Amino acid sequence: MGGVDERPFPPGTYDVVVVGSGPGGLQVAYSLAQAGIDRCAVISRDDRPGGMFRRFPVYQRLISWTKPDAPVARGTREYEWYDHNSLLGDVESHQALTPLFMDRVLDLPARVEMESALAEFAARGGVQVRYGCEWDSTRIDSGGFALVTSDGEYRCRVCVFALGMTEAWRPPIPGLDAAPHYVETGSPERYEGRRVFIVGKRNSGFEIAQGLLPWAKTLVLASPRPVDTAVLAFSPLRLRYLQPFDEHVRGGSGSTVVDASIERVERHAGGYRIRARGTTWKGELTFEADEVIAATGFQAPLRDLPSLGVATVNDGRLPAQTPYWESVSVPGIFFAGNVTQASSGLRKHGASSSSSSVHGFRYNARLVAQRIAETVFGKRRERRALERDDVVGFLAGELARAPELWNQKAHLARVVAVDSAAGIRDEGIVPLAEFVDRDEGDACAVAVEYDAGGAIVPALYVRHDGRLSEHVLPPHPLHAFDGDDYREELGTRLDALLA
Amino acid sequence: MEAQSASVVETLASLSLFGDLSYPELEAVAHTFEEEAFAKDQRVLRQDVSGGSFYVILSGEARVVIDSEERAVLTRGDFFGEISVLTDTAPTADVVASTVLRCLVVPAHDLKPLLLGRPSVAYRMLQIEARRLRMANTWAG
Repeated sequence: MGGVDERPFPPGTYDVVVVGSGPGGLQVAYSLAQAGIDRCAVISRDDRPGGMFRRFPVYQRLISWTKPDAPVARGTREYEWYDHNSLLGDVESHQALTPLFMDRVLDLPARVEMESALAEFAARGGVQVRYGCEWDSTRIDSGGFALVTSDGEYRCRVCVFALGMTEAWRPPIPGLDAAPHYVETGSPERYEGRRVFIVGKRNSGFEIAQGLLPWAKTLVLASPRPVDTAVLAFSPLRLRYLQPFDEHVRGGSGSTVVDASIERVERHAGGYRIRARGTTWKGELTFEADEVIAATGFQAPLRDLPSLGVATVNDGRLPAQTPYWESVSVPGIFFAGNVTQASSGLRKHGASSSSSSVHGFRYNARLVAQRIAETVFGKRRERRALERDDVVGFLAGELARAPELWNQKAHLARVVAVDSAAGIRDEGIVPLAEFVDRDEGDACAVAVEYDAGGAIVPALYVRHDGRLSEHVLPPHPLHAFDGDDYREELGTRLDALLA
Repeated sequence: MEAQSASVVETLASLSLFGDLSYPELEAVAHTFEEEAFAKDQRVLRQDVSGGSFYVILSGEARVVIDSEERAVLTRGDFFGEISVLTDTAPTADVVASTVLRCLVVPAHDLKPLLLGRPSVAYRMLQIEARRLRMANTWAG
């Protein structure tokens, strides 16, 4: 080839370096530009945008909805609730791009449709990426970081890692190394008439199981953790769990779901022998299988970050993060994309965030960009002034329709600050944990949450004279949280704060 | 530097609360509940905020704070949040990380099945609560 390298962002000094070109990387890069960070380099080892969606899910269908037609118009903020897969544009032509590519076979996009929408977002949103540039290692440098890459060294004050969670992870089970991981699963036809043993009962295990139902002779899914059907009822994963698990519950048809600790996987000439011990029952079982698939999950490819002091959770698979998705142990290192699931917020009634999916983490990425712009580079966002009489109506409308609150229940909140000098200001969307844990300033926040029984409820938090109070309001059959009763309740609870 | 050699299962095995569980049972616990890490000075449990969980400290140190006053220090193997979960009321104290803190998090609705399904954990918990109560009575007296 030769000639001039026309790729953007040559090695050098930048304000921010973003690593990754999946949905998390694209969203944070876009939002950093919108927040006024001009000197931001985006690098990726891939050759095109899309991240994990260039390959996964293996069986080519997402599990989160996009409704090409919805009660609200495409391109509006409210439409984001009906479209869980598009990235967030700040102008209409960058918004709601996924439905443009959907063939409407289902209201769940196919993998290739998702990939096309992400590429379209990068093109329309002007998100440039230096592709083919692999991050190798990291140093803490005077006042920032140095990232050593295949193209040379990048220096920056802040880095954002949007690495995805696509590196195969296997628990230390003797012999499991001999079995292919989920990422190496072949086409379903390859398993025709085979006895398949799947280690793992989470998303990827059930995805494979569902794909193999028409092909395999027998299917066994085994892992220590029982399937919690109560939790499943609230999870988008039930789409995949439903069929294999249902067949097991009804007594088989060749599909078996077992709660067992896998003690060892033995390879022999005729296939595999798997020895397992019950976790929710007492006893041992031995299985014979032609194929074993390790659907044991993924880890973020963190490279040398742990040796820099970046704390991790889940046996080193994810970086531990603050409510604003910054490393809990190395300030200046932020994260975007599905690794932000490790920042679990208040976890009220055990509910996890939606940060493992695009519809959740796209908001985290926008907030992390705003946070970096404000706290590191002093680019303060405008806070819209509100009239006292408008506050209740504004908050009720947010509770009924704000996509941030609906997509990230009990995790993101709308905050209104009340200051005797500055007046009443809309502070925008803020992580709920961050609001609750602030110790100063009169303010209120609203969030959409689940109550202990799993009903969707609106919640109001009021901080007044240094004291925080929480008010969980009742559910509504249509979730119409902007009705008169709710306004009245909000008005009563906010009376003292707004006086 | 982050020292992180032991797996979650190995760490659980070394805590008195789970001392009577077999390895497969420990694996089931470790796979069922999530590990969470908190930055120094980050809040884990919040006074007067409902819907909290039960936490077991895997590593690090935390402080119990009531109305801005520090009342106790918690370390590896200690647990908190159970009173709030068992009585279905909001916590009466903040628990704040004093170092980078790792915890096993058991959501409220999972605590009862955990304790009923593994009575040895319930018994160990009761023993520890009894010791705490005696300590509190001693102080009060």
